This record gives sequence, structure tokens and C-alpha cells, in this order.
Amino acid sequence: MKEFVLIFRLDNAASAVKPTPEQMQERMNWLGSIAAQNKLVDKGNTLSTGSARTVKPGNLVTDGPYTEIKEFISGYIIVKTEDIEEAVEMAKANPIFKIGGSIEVREVIKRD
Amino acid sequence: MHKTQPTVHELLPQLFRLEYAKMTAVLCRHFGLKHIEMAEDLVSETFLKAAENWGLNGIPENPSAWLYTVAKNKTKDQLKRAQLFETKIKAAVQNQDFEPESSFDFSNQNITDSQLAMIFAVCNPENPVEAQICLALQVLCGFSVEEIADAFLSKTETIKKRLLRARAKLRKDRFQMSALTAENISARLDAVLSTLYLLFNEGYFSKSNNQLIRKELCAEAIRLTLLLTESPLTNSSKANALLALMCFQSSRLEARANEAGESVLFEQQDKNLWSKELIEKGNYYLVNACSVEQVSKYHLEAGIAYWHTSPANEQRWGHILQLYNQLILIEYSPATALNRTFAYAKVYGYEQGIRETEQLGLENFKDYHALLGYLYTAIDVEKALSHYQKAIALTRSKTEKKTLAKEVERLKKEFKIH
Repeated sequence: MKEFVLIFRLDNAASAVKPTPEQMQERMNWLGSIAAQNKLVDKGNTLSTGSARTVKPGNLVTDGPYTEIKEFISGYIIVKTEDIEEAVEMAKANPIFKIGGSIEVREVIKRD
Repeated sequence: MHKTQPTVHELLPQLFRLEYAKMTAVLCRHFGLKHIEMAEDLVSETFLKAAENWGLNGIPENPSAWLYTVAKNKTKDQLKRAQLFETKIKAAVQNQDFEPESSFDFSNQNITDSQLAMIFAVCNPENPVEAQICLALQVLCGFSVEEIADAFLSKTETIKKRLLRARAKLRKDRFQMSALTAENISARLDAVLSTLYLLFNEGYFSKSNNQLIRKELCAEAIRLTLLLTESPLTNSSKANALLALMCFQSSRLEARANEAGESVLFEQQDKNLWSKELIEKGNYYLVNACSVEQVSKYHLEAGIAYWHTSPANEQRWGHILQLYNQLILIEYSPATALNRTFAYAKVYGYEQGIRETEQLGLENFKDYHALLGYLYTAIDVEKALSHYQKAIALTRSKTEKKTLAKEVERLKKEFKIH
């Protein structure tokens, strides 16, 4: 089994809207489904958009998350699967795509 | 009047179960854990004396008080002898364990405090969990080795060995029973709750067919958890949640098995047999448990059990599913995974439920196949039957085999399959 981080990205507009109870339920069902397969390594955390700073060279600190690419990271989880394809299949079932988000799947390189 | 009075023969075993553990706890608290055997010997001698004396002179008016007085006198004698030994023979030894002058009593308060301290002494996280449960049954509940073996479906030799090791650790433990401190409590409370939770489950889901023992295990777990909630030192949100869970589950004890001892599935249970009193108690402790912002697995399981006992409504399975989603994030277990999927199927339909189940990777579990058998029944009866057959092959419990075989017969008859 390999470990993969799923990184959730949202654009500014989508993140400003509070999720409905139904959306919350869908998210929980998705997460619960991975946990029920015993493939959840870390349920991760949601990252705040309000309490955020971006630090750049030259002591430059700006308010808010890193948004140069229009989207920013809203959260992450870590899963364990046979290969990256299985992790991608898991990601595909996430309800984030309904609100225009995206998921980046990255294998965790373990240091010995 | 005299005919309704119990005989010594009937009364002593009852009293033994009731008082043995209490008296041992009080004496142990007085002497220290190092001398647990001496405490147990004194209590055993007390019961022996009761058997002789009551047989000749009749049962005293207040049997428990009689036992307490005799135990107290025996203890005083024992301490006098010990002191004599200490002063005459080991005069050089300064470090005395006993103080014969100090008094102790069998007041309700002292019994409660001693039992509470004993729970924490027994639940030493250094002992394996099975050993903690065995020790709890013996020291806290007055079970015999044979009864424990029966409850665990183990050989008495195995239980004896397990107890021997656990008791050696108990004697060496520096744990002070005399004063239960906040540090001791916070260091062990989780272990205590976990042991009581498993003790209850051992009774509720036991493989043993001995219904009497199973019910007694549940009752004892409740009694000990109740002790925790009654003391301000240990009355935590988690303890209340655990007690709520036990009350909800116990409310269905009478409905879960038919007269032949076979288990009755939840949906087929006679709801009139559910204990309303226990459901109300469960509600009470669940409200207590939710007075602080804390969610433990006991809270979630109590919540699930609450929805099971509440009258059927459309929202029920949705709530249960969400609670299972949280529970499986706290702690994975195949049973939780399967129960969650059952709730999922109830909310999103059996076809979706099948897809969800088949992802679980639990092909070696009987409950996996039993669940798929259930979900496939209305969709593909051949597949349902094949899963039920696999479940039968995988289960070791005779009554479960019987229940599953009954369902197979029913399906074959209904769909005219031979």
C-alpha cells in the first residue's frame, strides 16, 4: 500500500458560500466510505481562509492564502491505496466537483 | 411466613455475589493492594462461618450486617496477630504495613469509595485488556473462574493463568487505593471505561449460549459504570455516554432472543418487550453526556442506539448514517464498517448499498456475506443465496448457523429454488 495526499482546491467564490447540510452530509459520506474501507490514514483538516497570511521574499507578508493560481487549498486528507489509479478513483467520487473545486493527488515520498 | 423465607442454601450464593466483592474492596483499601489475598481469605472465611452458623442458628435478621461484623472482627484478630508477629519476631523492621488501631467500617460510603478505588486498581493499562476484564469479573463482580471461563468460552486453565499473571501485577502496583487522586483518575479513566465497555459487550454480543451469565455480565457492567457516574470524581461526560449506551442496548435484552435462545433480528423484535424504563434512563444519561462539547465513541454509539430505540421515522437512518460516519473516523473496525454500510443502504437504497459493501474488502467475514445476502434478496436471489451459504460456512456459532439456514430455506421456498 502507498500513501497519497488528496489536496482540495476551491476558487474564491465557491469558498465564500457556506455548505448546506446536504453538502456536509455528502462530504461525510465520502469520507466515511474511505474510512469504512480502512484506507484512511489521516482525516486531515480544513484550512481557514480568514486566518491566513502569505509570506513572500523580502519580508513581504500579505493577508489571505496563496491565490496566484486563482484557486487555493481548502483542505487535505491522506489515504492508502494499491496505486495512484485507485486514489484517483476515490477522488473522483468527491462532491467538490459540483461546486467547481478540484483535487490534486500526490504520492507521499517516505524518507527512510 | 416461615415458608417464604429463603433457606441458607438459597441465600448464601446470592449474598456471596452481592457482598463478596464489596467486602474485599473495603478490606483491600484498608490493607493495600499488596495484601489482596489476605483480604479475600478473610472474606471467604466470613462466608464459611456464615454457612456453619446460619445452618445451626438460622439466618440472622440482617444477613449483610452480620457478615460485616464478622469480617470486621476477623480483620481485627488478623491485625493483632500480624502486629504480634511484627513486634516480636521482626522487631527490627520499622516499615509496618498495618495500623491495627486505625479503624474502618462497612458504611455505605466506604463500600462505594472502596469499590470505586478497586475499579481503578483493576483497570491497570499495563495489563492486557482481556486480563483486566477477567480480573474485574473476579475481584469486582465475585465471579468464579468457571463462570468467567463459561462467559469467554475458554478453558478454566487459560483463565486461571491469565488471572495469576494479572493478580501478580495488581499486588506489585503502587496504586494507592486509600485515596483516589485526580491524577490517578485521569491516568486510568479511559482504561476503566474501555474495560467496562468490553465487559458489557462480552455479555451483549457473547458467543456463550448461557443467557443467564450474559445478562449478569451486562448488569454488572451497568452497576460499575453507575458507580462512576455517582461519584463527583469520576462523573465524566464519557462515563455518562457509556452508561446511556448500556441502558439503550439493555432495553432490548428481552426481545433479542426467543424462548429457544435463538437471536431475533432487530426488525423482527417485539417492541413491546423493550424496556421503556431503561430507554428513559438511557435518554437521561445521554442528555447528561451532551452537557459538554465532547464527542467520544461512546457518545456516537449511544446516539446510534438512541435512534434504534426511538419510534420509526424517515429521518432515522440518515441520522444513524451520519453518526456511523463519525464513528468510523474515530476508530475503524469491520463491524462498524458493516453497520455503517447497512445504514447507507437504508438511506440510499439497496443497490447503492451493495456497491458500497463490495468495496469493503471483508470477504472473510461472515457478517459481510450476511449483509450482502440481505441486500441482494430483492435484487438477485441467486446471489443472495450464495452469500448466505458463505456466511453459514464462515460462522462458528450454532445458533447463528440456524438463523441463517432458516432464511435460506425461506428464500428457497418463496422463489421455488431447489
